[in-house]
Amino acid sequence: MSDTILRTADGKPLKAALMRASAVARRRAFMLVLPLLAFVLITFVVPIGQMLSRSVTNDAFSANMPSVVAWFAANPEGTEPDEAAYAALVVDLVNAANARTIGTVATRINYDVSGTRSLFTSTGRKAKNMEAPFKDAVLAADEEWGDKVVWAAMRNASAAVTTTFYQAATDRKLTDEGVYAKAPEDLRVYLTLFWRTFVLSGAVTLLCLILGFPVAHLLARLPMRISSLLMILVLLPFWTSLLVRTTSWMVLLQEQGILNNMLVYLGILEDNGRLALMYNQTGTIIAMTHILLPFMILPLYSVMKTIPITYTRAARSLGATSWTTFRRIYVPQTIPGIGAGGILVFILAVGYYITPALVGGATGTLISNQIAFHMQDSLNWSLAAALAAMLLAAVLALYWVYDRLVGIDNMKLG
Amino acid sequence: MALPIYATPLERVWHKTYLVICALIFLFLIAPILIVIPLSFNAEPYFTFTEKMLSFDPEGYSMRWYDNLLTHGMQFPNVLRDGAWWSDMWNNAQWIRAAKNSVIVGFWATLLATSLGTLAALGLSRPEMPYRKLITAVLLSPMIVPVIITATGLFFFYSNPCSVLGPLEPAGGCGRLTSTYLGVILAHATLGIPFVIITVTATLSSFDKSLSRAAANLGAGPVRTFFKVQLPLITPGVVSGALFAFVTSFDEVVVVLFIGSHEQQTIPRQMWNGIREQISPSILAVATILVIISIALLTVVELLRRRSERMRGLTPQ
Repeated sequence: MSDTILRTADGKPLKAALMRASAVARRRAFMLVLPLLAFVLITFVVPIGQMLSRSVTNDAFSANMPSVVAWFAANPEGTEPDEAAYAALVVDLVNAANARTIGTVATRINYDVSGTRSLFTSTGRKAKNMEAPFKDAVLAADEEWGDKVVWAAMRNASAAVTTTFYQAATDRKLTDEGVYAKAPEDLRVYLTLFWRTFVLSGAVTLLCLILGFPVAHLLARLPMRISSLLMILVLLPFWTSLLVRTTSWMVLLQEQGILNNMLVYLGILEDNGRLALMYNQTGTIIAMTHILLPFMILPLYSVMKTIPITYTRAARSLGATSWTTFRRIYVPQTIPGIGAGGILVFILAVGYYITPALVGGATGTLISNQIAFHMQDSLNWSLAAALAAMLLAAVLALYWVYDRLVGIDNMKLG
Repeated sequence: MALPIYATPLERVWHKTYLVICALIFLFLIAPILIVIPLSFNAEPYFTFTEKMLSFDPEGYSMRWYDNLLTHGMQFPNVLRDGAWWSDMWNNAQWIRAAKNSVIVGFWATLLATSLGTLAALGLSRPEMPYRKLITAVLLSPMIVPVIITATGLFFFYSNPCSVLGPLEPAGGCGRLTSTYLGVILAHATLGIPFVIITVTATLSSFDKSLSRAAANLGAGPVRTFFKVQLPLITPGVVSGALFAFVTSFDEVVVVLFIGSHEQQTIPRQMWNGIREQISPSILAVATILVIISIALLTVVELLRRRSERMRGLTPQ
């Protein structure tokens, strides 16, 4: 008697044959995606991974000052630097000065304790002529070597992996006692900047919603023929270069610009009372709202398009006023669109760099501008990487929420 | 959008107000873009309308800023405009050089993004695709992650690209990708990929699978089915994806600033320098040209969308 398993024509169990066939289909589909996946992994995921590792890598000091690092490893935290410690310091300083790496070392310690750059370079020059006892010789070269903070900073820099840059990115500094503590309120640069980035992005999102909602509603309700014409007015900004739009706003908002000229001409403003609309937060908010508005209108529109008009009619015929109908019947149905557009605009706003850099001035710049500053001007790349990692975490969290709410496969363009 | 006949007078007033508000928002959207066009013909080096421009005096207008685009950076701009002048312009004018760079980088980045992206979209839209959600999330992330973060990461990676090989890394590395065309092209392709994926997947989702089966039934192999049946139908989506990718590259400035050098000066980078350093109405002339290009691109995309809708309308649902 044959078994009850279904078999294919060539005698294989049907289940196994189906499994094999679907495995082949899965492999084929995956092979189509593989080239792009590999490409994106190499040109996008790996670089970001390197950036993240950069934000915790700390080899500027540890690679060039091995003897001091060894002394720190042998002696627990809080040990007073003894003769052995100073001897190790002199050996390392001489070697680093000869290898010309002392600048790197000095820069690294300078991040934690500012003003110590010359301490290293000048002592480095004198170190090769020093003789035992080294402690007295080093202290004679510069009193500052007796300072607890310098040693705390060096201990801190001697670990190959560190959270120092994250401490700095959250405004925690080495105090004179050699421990990390929050900087005084008025010196908290980065937390203030993160806060400002989120507040400004929130303001831009809200403005986009206020301006986008009526327009999306109008477009969804008008007959197709007219709405597709009006849609061009929304899509044209979307297709226009970001720099062009920013330039236009600079032209409009300048002190001698068109907007101020018009207000003066109409007699609303005195000639010497022109508004400062640019190089401050106002400029950033206006320009970013204009640039991000299409990203709000398009998702809102595609949701509103699917809301049947019969619901509002039913509400009206049951006696609701138009305001009640709008508030209780229409708006709740647009929530998915509000969510999608809101999160998209907020995500894009949080990472904005170009527009704030051009119209933001001192008070209207965002966290991205600080990252660019550390990459290009101060050259503290590790701190830039730490700030970027924190921004990335925020954006990825929002991306996750967006996926939950809208689903990334539902993202549409135009 | 007419009001129902039972609308109260208050509602009628509100409806009118609402239309006015919408008109103002449309003005807010479009006016800043159009305002640069007349200003770029300003005869004076100002960024505002002069008296003469407002009274439509021809003397208030000129083409000098467009001319300046051609002559800026030339060796001998003030000689007779003969063949030598034109070749000087073609080889030395800074804006022309920037335009050439933008087109070169944009072309290769688009080619790379579109070919890889279309292939991947074909895979992603198959029902058997494993880990679809996760992979889509990864492939679309270049659009979500702020460009400044991408640029920072690329800066570290491009300084020593071989580090990706880990222990296999050749001693002494294998050069760098910073300040190279290849580096900029690869980065721009990455930034353009999400747009290709989105547009092509959207076209594929409305693709009628029975057409492929019919082709197979009539004896066409998978390759022939793809080229003869599937590709012609998804072409509009592929082309608009390619246009998106090209515009992304054409408009991109942060990555170019971070990893490019003077050699890879593109139009946006030149604009960025121009706005930050010696701001002149030439910028407005460039802006006007770019606005006209974007109007043209928008028209093409819109036509493609209609064509694709028409083609889909032919297939029985």
